[in-house]
This record gives sequence, C-alpha cells and structure tokens, in this order.
Amino acid sequence: MYAQMVTSEATQDDPQKLAQFQARIDAGEKIEPKEWMPEGYRKTLIRQIGQHAHSEIVGQLPEGNWITRAPTLERKAILLAKVQDEAGHGLYLYCAAETLGVSRDELTEMLLDGRMKYSSIFNYPTLTWADMGAVGWLVDGAAIMNQVPLQRTSYGPYSRAMVRICKEESFHQRQGYHIMMKMAQGTEAQKKMAQDALNRFWYPSLMMFGPSDKDSVHSAQSMKWKIKMNTNDELRQKFVDQTVPQAEFLGLTVPDKTLRWNDEKGGYDFAEPDWSEFFEVIKGNGPCNTERLAARNKAWDDGAWVRDGLMAHAAKKRAAKLAAE
Amino acid sequence: MTDQTALFEYLLRLGDNTLVLGHRVSEWCGHAPVLEEDIALANTALDLIGQTQMWLGLAGEVEGAGRSADDLAMLRDVWDFRNLLLVEQPNGDFGQTLMRQCLFDAFHFELLTGLTHASDDRIAAIAAKALKEVTYHLDRSSETVIGLGDGTEESHRRMQAALDLLWPYVGEMFTPDAVDDAMHAAGIAPDLIAMRARYDARLKTILSEATLTKPDSSYAQSGGKTGFRHTEHLGHMLTQMQWLQRAYPGATW
Ligand SMILES: [Fe+2]
Ligand SMILES: [Fe+2]
Ligand SMILES: [Fe+2]
Repeated sequence: MYAQMVTSEATQDDPQKLAQFQARIDAGEKIEPKEWMPEGYRKTLIRQIGQHAHSEIVGQLPEGNWITRAPTLERKAILLAKVQDEAGHGLYLYCAAETLGVSRDELTEMLLDGRMKYSSIFNYPTLTWADMGAVGWLVDGAAIMNQVPLQRTSYGPYSRAMVRICKEESFHQRQGYHIMMKMAQGTEAQKKMAQDALNRFWYPSLMMFGPSDKDSVHSAQSMKWKIKMNTNDELRQKFVDQTVPQAEFLGLTVPDKTLRWNDEKGGYDFAEPDWSEFFEVIKGNGPCNTERLAARNKAWDDGAWVRDGLMAHAAKKRAAKLAAE
Repeated sequence: MTDQTALFEYLLRLGDNTLVLGHRVSEWCGHAPVLEEDIALANTALDLIGQTQMWLGLAGEVEGAGRSADDLAMLRDVWDFRNLLLVEQPNGDFGQTLMRQCLFDAFHFELLTGLTHASDDRIAAIAAKALKEVTYHLDRSSETVIGLGDGTEESHRRMQAALDLLWPYVGEMFTPDAVDDAMHAAGIAPDLIAMRARYDARLKTILSEATLTKPDSSYAQSGGKTGFRHTEHLGHMLTQMQWLQRAYPGATW
C-alpha cells in the first residue's frame, strides 16, 4: 500500500506492561501520544505513517505532470484541487508522525536520502490524459481499500488523520472514474488512450498492496497491534472484485487473460503481478524513481533560502517584539 | 470601437490575466520550498482559474458568437490574448514568483474593488466574489515579500533582483488606452490614474517593511493587454496549455 513492506520492530518491554497494552488494543481503545506504548509499536508506526506521508507528497508529481496540460478549465481546477488535497494528506500524516517524537524535517531528510520509501506506484510515468483517470480510479481506489479499515487503527492521531483523508480519497476515485468514462465514451483515440492507461496501471496497482504476507511474522505483530488491519492478499482480492465490474462498465479490458469469476470463493481469480518488477521498483529501478527523487530533492534544495529567509525574518520580529515589551 | 467590442476586450483582459497567472502558479505544484507553500500556491491557482471561468464565460456571452470560456482559453493564439505582460513572465525562483504575485495582487485588489461598483451587475457580482479571494492573495504575497526581503542576506538579494527584473512590467497595468477609457466612461472600470496613487502608497509600505528599494526607472514595457506584442514566453505556455484541445479537435473531456 502507501506503506508497503513495513516490517514491525521487535519490542523488548516489560511483559506485564505489554499485556496491559495489548488488552487496551483488544478492547478497541485508542492509544494517544502521551500514553505508554511499546518501543516497537512506536517505531513501526513512525515508519508506516512516514512512508504513507511521503507517498502523498511524491504522489503529487505524476499528477502534477498533467496540470499544465489539462484539457479544460474545469478539469484543470479539479486536478489542481486533487493534488492540493494530497499535499494536505501529507501534512496531516506528518503531524500524526510528529506526535510519536520525530520531526517533519527529519522524515523529509530520510525520504530525500533514500532511507525511507514511498509507494512503488508513484514511480510509474503518466503519459496521456487518460492516466489522470486511471490514477484516480485505480490508485486512489486501491488507497481507499487500505485506508478505510485504517480509520479503526489503534493509534488515535493516525486513525483521525485517516478519517479526514478517506473522505477526500473517495472523491478522487470518483473523479478519476469520471475521466475514464468520458474517455471510454469518446473518440477512437480517447478510447485507445483509456485502454492503454488501464494496461499500464493494472499490475502496478495490484502491487500497491505489497507481496503476499500470509506467513509474515511482522504483519502478524502489526495486525495484533491494529496498525495493519487486513492482509495484503485480502485487500488485493477486494480491490480486484470491486474494480473488474467497473472496467466492464467502461467497456475496457483488464489486461489479464486468466481473470475468471470463481463462484466457490465468491471473487475473481486473477494473475499476480510480476513481483520481480516490484522489488526492482522498491530498490530504485522503477521507470521514474530517479526523476521523482530528484524532483523532491530539487524542491527541497532550491527552497532552502526561502525557508531560511522566512525563519530569519520571524526571528527578527520576535526579537523586536521582545525588545518593545 | 462599439461599447460591446470594448466590453468584450475588457473582459478578455480580466479573464486572460487570471488564466495566464493561474497557469503560471499551477506550474509550481509539487515543487514548492515547503509543504504549506505548495498548498497555498495551489489555492491561489485554483482561485484564479475559477475567476477565469467567470470572466471568460461572461466574455463569451457578451461576444455572442457561441464561444465558451474553454473555447476562449484553449483555442485562441498569442495575438488574441489580452493579459498583462507581467503575468506571463516565467516563474523564476520562488522569490520571483511571489514578487510577481505581489505586484499583480496589489493591482488586482484595487481593480476589483473598483469593479464591485460597476454599472454592469454581472461584472460587479464577479468582482465581489473575486475580491474576497484576492484580498487573501494580497495578504499572503505581501507578507511573503516582506519576510523574504527582510530575511537573510541571500533572500534579500534575490527579492531585490526579482523586483528589478519585474519592475518594467508594472507600468502597463496603469496606462489607460481606448478600451480602459471606454469602460471607465461606461461606469464599469475604475480610473487607472487614481488607482495608481493607491497602488504606489501600498507598495511603498510593503517595500519599506521588506527593506527593498523601488527601482529608479519609470520605463514601462507594453503590448500585453492590447495584444500588440506579447513576450516570447506566452507562446510556450499556450503550446502546453492548449495541446490536448489542439491535437484532438472536437473531443470532449
Ligand atoms: Fe491522498
Ligand atoms: Fe493518495
Ligand atoms: Fe487521493
């Protein structure tokens, strides 16, 4: 997902405290920043929330790529508003992470020097206007699958951030689908663009949920702590079951010849994405990893004088105010 | 020039200013120095695009040739654009973008304030709505110009350079021509000469707080709002902005 392959941290805390903590989680209580929590819980959350925040920020880039080429004023406004929402999501999530004792600047540095990751999906290029449809429909759609259950996550600030974010994500998904609909019902060239976008984004979207984690000890711990609410496979299945009928409605073909409805399980059988590609993307070898990270680094480096300037001015103002008192 | 022609021209000026500046600001999306600025710039761009829809929508109505706001935005070439040269200037660094914004916002604020009293209700209504947004834009851009002008040595140097670079584009905003005169005579547009005095007073305060020096020259570039001679930058912007509509004529999106 937006936080792929976050392995939970080992915890070496007092067993009695741990048991009490687990009991609170099992009872559905929310854990708040000032309360005791296992070190592993805190660290795992920092990584997960941080990675999620970074994904929102880097996620601005593939869509920002089309803002200056949006076909109508209304489309331009909708896309701008969407990308602005994503920046806002990043902001809420960095704030949630800060309650765990890490600053936004520290997290940013870790993104920029590659110590922290962001979702693999944002390392794919957006090549036509239909990609704005596909990203909203599939990428925001997949994000929602994961984030709706996370509204019930055990950590209070994370859960509250998710509640705000989910409302906007479902809006994004509908807007994306609407773009796809216009394209699928449009001219031959538009239909071709729409199908091409689905062809390129289908498997990368399935990868968003991460590899199968059925047997992963780490996810078992995260699930016990209610940091992770479902297994990757559960969410992927749900996503496919929801998305295939939508593609049919658009008259588009999901690029998977093995795709079949399975009556027995009440869901689709479908082909796994190429996991070797996924691991390459995670390692930094995706089609756009270099550009994405370079763009974020450039924004940060070029902005240094602005941040310094504004801080220096604020300090002068404070000093002047103090002197006047 | 008939009143209708002048009105159409005038509405294009209003709508093209917000369209072109909105587009420029939107180029920042995802690349700002800090997250809050990314959000604020997107917000400004969104307001300006929204205003464009209203101004160009009305322009199309007044023209009566069946052109929509989108047609006007996406299917005119450089010589038909009526925006000020200032707003088509490239973003440059963040300081240059904010200086351009501040110089325009201060003008825009006075202009819209005047237009809220326009004898044409449709114009007064759009101006009233836009004025709320632009009041906020001006607060923000002037605060940022002050903060950066009075920040570090480097930020001061960059802001002064931005001011020097953009100053020759200020004069065009306040130089009345036949269209401005006709609109003023019709009770629509405010008097540009009176506006200039208020603009100068406001700018003086901002620049002095920002510890910046107003350039000595009063030389003004012109040719944007008449469409006579835009800068080379506009054509490249339109190439990008209009590409889909030009490449796939007649498609709906
Ligand atoms: Fe988001
Ligand atoms: Fe998202
Ligand atoms: Fe989204």
